[in-house]
Amino acid sequence: MTATTTAPIAVPSVRAAKRPPGRLRAWATRAPLLPALIFMIVVTQLPFVATLVISFFDWNSLYPDARHFAGFANYADVLTDPDLRRSVWTTVVLTVAVVLASLVLGLVLALLLNRTFRGRGIVRTLLIAPFLVVPVAAALLWKHVLYNPEYGLLNGLLQYVGGPQPDWISNTPLLAVEASLVWQWTPFMMLILLAGLQSRDPQQIEAARVDGASDWQIFRHLTLPHLRRYLELGALLGSIYIVQNFDAVFTLTSGGLGTANLPYTVYQSFYQAHENGLASAAGVLVVIGSIIIATFALRVVSSLFREEVSRA
Amino acid sequence: MSATAIRVRPRRNRGAGLGLAAWLLGILFFLPIAWMALTSFHSEEDAATNPPSFAAALTLDGYREFFGAGGGASPWPALINSTVASVVSTLCVLLLAFPAAYALSIRPVKKWTDVLFFFLSTKMLPVVAGLLPIYLFAKNTDMLDNIWLLVILYTSMNLPIAVWMMQSFLAEVPVAVIEAAQIDGAKLPTVLARVVAPIALPGIAATALICFIFSWNELLFARVLTGVVAETAPVFLTGFITSQGLFLAKVCAASLVISLPVLAAGFAAQDKLVQGLSLGAVK
Repeated sequence: MTATTTAPIAVPSVRAAKRPPGRLRAWATRAPLLPALIFMIVVTQLPFVATLVISFFDWNSLYPDARHFAGFANYADVLTDPDLRRSVWTTVVLTVAVVLASLVLGLVLALLLNRTFRGRGIVRTLLIAPFLVVPVAAALLWKHVLYNPEYGLLNGLLQYVGGPQPDWISNTPLLAVEASLVWQWTPFMMLILLAGLQSRDPQQIEAARVDGASDWQIFRHLTLPHLRRYLELGALLGSIYIVQNFDAVFTLTSGGLGTANLPYTVYQSFYQAHENGLASAAGVLVVIGSIIIATFALRVVSSLFREEVSRA
Repeated sequence: MSATAIRVRPRRNRGAGLGLAAWLLGILFFLPIAWMALTSFHSEEDAATNPPSFAAALTLDGYREFFGAGGGASPWPALINSTVASVVSTLCVLLLAFPAAYALSIRPVKKWTDVLFFFLSTKMLPVVAGLLPIYLFAKNTDMLDNIWLLVILYTSMNLPIAVWMMQSFLAEVPVAVIEAAQIDGAKLPTVLARVVAPIALPGIAATALICFIFSWNELLFARVLTGVVAETAPVFLTGFITSQGLFLAKVCAASLVISLPVLAAGFAAQDKLVQGLSLGAVK
């Protein structure tokens, strides 16, 4: 699909005078690209092929001699084992909830920050900060400093108003993980949507306002359609990162209480249970899920990209 | 004209209200970090009270404890490992990505968009998909607990982003300038170093900072592939996961110190951060 893009070939060169013959020249233009390309293929594609192969073997690393070809048995296990199936579902719920919530919050913040007001730069800086805290540190912050039932800030503030003192992580484990991730990812969504808002043509809005359009009409008919691709981009990039989330699950609950998502399960099944075959099959399933998301993501990114190319 | 003049006043009032709302939300989002910073300067007794003590005496004990004064493990090896892994892998990324971005933007190879999308697609391959073979490979070649393995993996993790970002930055270099240099007889390496690099420098710097941030933050690879010797800062932090309130000030101090390089890099790259994080698709 991308091959059809009309590439803006930067310039048919001036070096025409002493140009080497065709094939040599083709390799000369390709040469700067090759180190990066080869490196990526070796470091990312080869291991995945190996994972694919291992996923068809019954292989526990504690019993290496019992290793044998098992066909699709591992996949059947992953999809029928209640724990594993639950982690597939957890991954879906976690990703959808975090992406949607952070997208809506991010949109509100982006709209607020798109106006001029005193101290806008400071507010923007304050808002970006959660995204910049090291993810493990952020998860520790939520686990110990905010959620802790005895001395955490949340219950401390509730104490002031005489509220209840819930044990957040035990009572609502998945929600606790989600809240911490929404806090980290809202700034990311805000940044992308803010960039979208600022790429809007101000004259168009001015014209609509002169024609008597209300703020809501402008938002509904001008801003939202314009933001659509940015919303899609934020949702898809967010999904790609959050589907893979490991740090928050590992730190906050160690995968307990029904919060184990697929990446955590894969980690656990080979690192702790030594089930190499099973872990690989689960890993391949994560990839299939990601490919489904990525297909959409690539389409969105390439349409944005094409727009930019044609503008150039 | 007069119609708009009448509408100005309520609009400005509401504008102030919305500005206030933005401030409130900004403070709300920053509150956990501010609280973490405050707690890190409290004594452990004051840190673990309910209701929270806002006015407790300040002390540097949390930081002293973190840096190993209390006989705990020193964080220095982990901090040094993280610095090495992040800085060296970032340099490798720049070294590989710059020529690639040149080949994809200034004098593009055929089907350059396809190549660009290949790089992007590798970013969408989840880390867990290749983790086991990498682990087995490292185990069999005695590369476990080796910081250089992380350098290689972090390079591969960040290379796609860097190629995308730099591609979009280099595309902004005017072709006329490059051609002028070539007419003057400059060879390709000279053109890259003397003409292209200086113009694209802000973009290259932003790319470097973003690669640094991602490497510094990474946990899964480091957790699985390192142990004692090559432990990185996030792995060091995981040592606090089960500490049951005994070291709250120390946990806060540790989290802040380890986040500090990322916060600094992120604020420095603020303007270009979006472009990098959205893989160059948004300006």
